[in-house]
This record gives sequence, structure tokens and C-alpha cells, in this order.
Amino acid sequence: MHELAITQSMLSLALEYAEQASAQRITRINLVVGEIAGIVDESVQFYFDLISQGTLAEGALLSFRKLPARFRCSACGQEFPLRDGNWICPACQGLGGQVISGREFTMESIEVE
Amino acid sequence: MKVSVVKDILGANEQIALENRRLFDEKGIFVLNVMAAPGAGKTSLIERTIEALRDWLRIGAMDGDVASSIDADRLARLGIPAVQINTGGACHLDANMVRRGLSSLSLEDIDLLFLENVGNLICPTGFELGEHLKVMISSTPEGDDKPYKYPGMFSAVDVLLLNKIDLMPLLDFDMDTFRRGVEALNPKVAFFPVSCKTGEGVQAWVEWLLAQRVRRLQVWHSALEAER
Repeated sequence: MHELAITQSMLSLALEYAEQASAQRITRINLVVGEIAGIVDESVQFYFDLISQGTLAEGALLSFRKLPARFRCSACGQEFPLRDGNWICPACQGLGGQVISGREFTMESIEVE
Repeated sequence: MKVSVVKDILGANEQIALENRRLFDEKGIFVLNVMAAPGAGKTSLIERTIEALRDWLRIGAMDGDVASSIDADRLARLGIPAVQINTGGACHLDANMVRRGLSSLSLEDIDLLFLENVGNLICPTGFELGEHLKVMISSTPEGDDKPYKYPGMFSAVDVLLLNKIDLMPLLDFDMDTFRRGVEALNPKVAFFPVSCKTGEGVQAWVEWLLAQRVRRLQVWHSALEAER
């Protein structure tokens, strides 16, 4: 549950770009969240609503684009997605493998007025 | 109006972690980030390692906990400089907390530094601290299914210690199930079964750790040579 720390980083990044663009208000923040990044959208939204009060970002809409997790099996080399929360290869039933994607947490853009 | 950002939100942490790492390299301090669930034996393992190495290396420690200075007090009793960091509720150490903690340590007098993370199997993996090695401690009472339930941490570490092996006769812990999960997630991980209570297996871990430090000394040495 480190969403508060993460939300603070996210808010300061958004404010930095809004100020550079001499914006009056941030209306929307576009985020990309990997499926296994360990970030809970609702929790980020909850903290954001609290800590953005009185800033340019107050009332901004948070948009979360989910990026699916993909693995490469360390036993047979097959690429596969997360299935029912398990890191299990559908081809050989091997566990785990190299994480190709899914750990991202990035800010793509902000929309400002 | 749309303003493009395209930035890693944890980039600020990564940046400070890089700065910490540069400082450690410059001062010649070999740094371990020790992660585990609460009660797995992080402080006990650090105590055992200090006892084994304190005649040869100057050791320091930074202890992250939500509250109390119990861990730093335990390590300070062994005569090493130990700083307690209270995270004030945060579930992990981050690079900035470590940077602040470093100001309370005399870096010139430390060869090996333990960063004892907050007891947690999830969050610490997301935050680089600037360490050279990620160390994980699992313990037999936690169960043999932990690699399957917390793949993120098991796949991210350089070395895994399984503590409390002296309790195995009392538990339904299946070593093969545990090892299969670990090897599938992290085939390159170094693995040491230990008991911090009896001392069993600690010697093998300590020898491995010393070998890793020698490798790091060689890297630092080559970097210095290259600069000339």
C-alpha cells in the first residue's frame, strides 16, 4: 500500500508540466499502469482527490490505461500473459519467466486549460 | 490542450537511487538491500553476518521500520553504527529515505552496509535504493507456497536465504515445492538454507557474500584503471 507516495510523485510531475505550459488548470491526467505494477487504481484516485485539493490538479480526471503483463517462459521460451493471477506458461506449465511487460507506471500526458 | 509527458512516475526514486549508488561506489561501500516478510529473520541474519565478519570488515546498518528503534538498538549492541529509519507508515524504504539516513553514518568508516527494508513481500521490489545486491529471506514457517504467491519479489532478488530450517521437523514445509517455485522464477538466484538460531548454513552464506564483495572490488578497481 504505497499508493500515497506514488500519488504524491505523480501529482508533482503533473504540476511541473502544467506550470511549464502556464496552464490554469489540469483537467485530465493520462496514466499507463502495468498489470503487475502493484498499483491499485481506486487507491491512487482516493489519495489524489485528497492531496490535489488547492492545486492546479484539483478535480482532474485520472485515466488509467492498463497494460497487460507478458512473460517469456524460462523453460520453453513461449511468450504468455497472466492467467487468473498465475505466472504459469500455457505451453509447458512452467512457472514464471522473464517479465516482458506489466511493471510500467508512467504518465503519458496531461490535459490542461 | 494536451501536454505530452511520457515519464516514469517512479523516475525520481530511480534518479536518487543512482546517486546513492554513485556515492557507495565512490566510497567503496558494498551495499545490501535485505527484504523479507515481518519476522522472517532479517535482523537475526544481519546479526549473524556481523558476528562472522566484524573482525575483517567495518560494517554499518540502516533499519527501516514503521515504528520503534528496536532493530537499530539490537545491531548497535554488536558495536556497529546503526541508524533507525522510521518510515512513518510507509511500507518500504525508498532511495530518498536512505539518502537522508546516510547523513547519520560516517561513510569513510564502512566497508559493508546493510539496508534492512520494512517487512513486506510486495512493495520493496518497486523501489531501488542504490544497493549492489538484493537479498531476500524467506522462512520455513511462512510455508513452501510463498514463491507462487509473491513471484514479484522472488524473481527480483540476487540471493535467497531460507531461514529457520531447524524448525523443519515440526512443519509441513516441502523443500522440493519451494525449490521448484524459486528455480522457475529465478534460475540464477543463489540459495542458502540457514538457521540463524543454531548457526547452521550461515558459514556458506558468509563465504558467498565475501566472494561477491571481492567481485565488486574488482569492478571498482577496473573502473579506476580505465579512468587512468
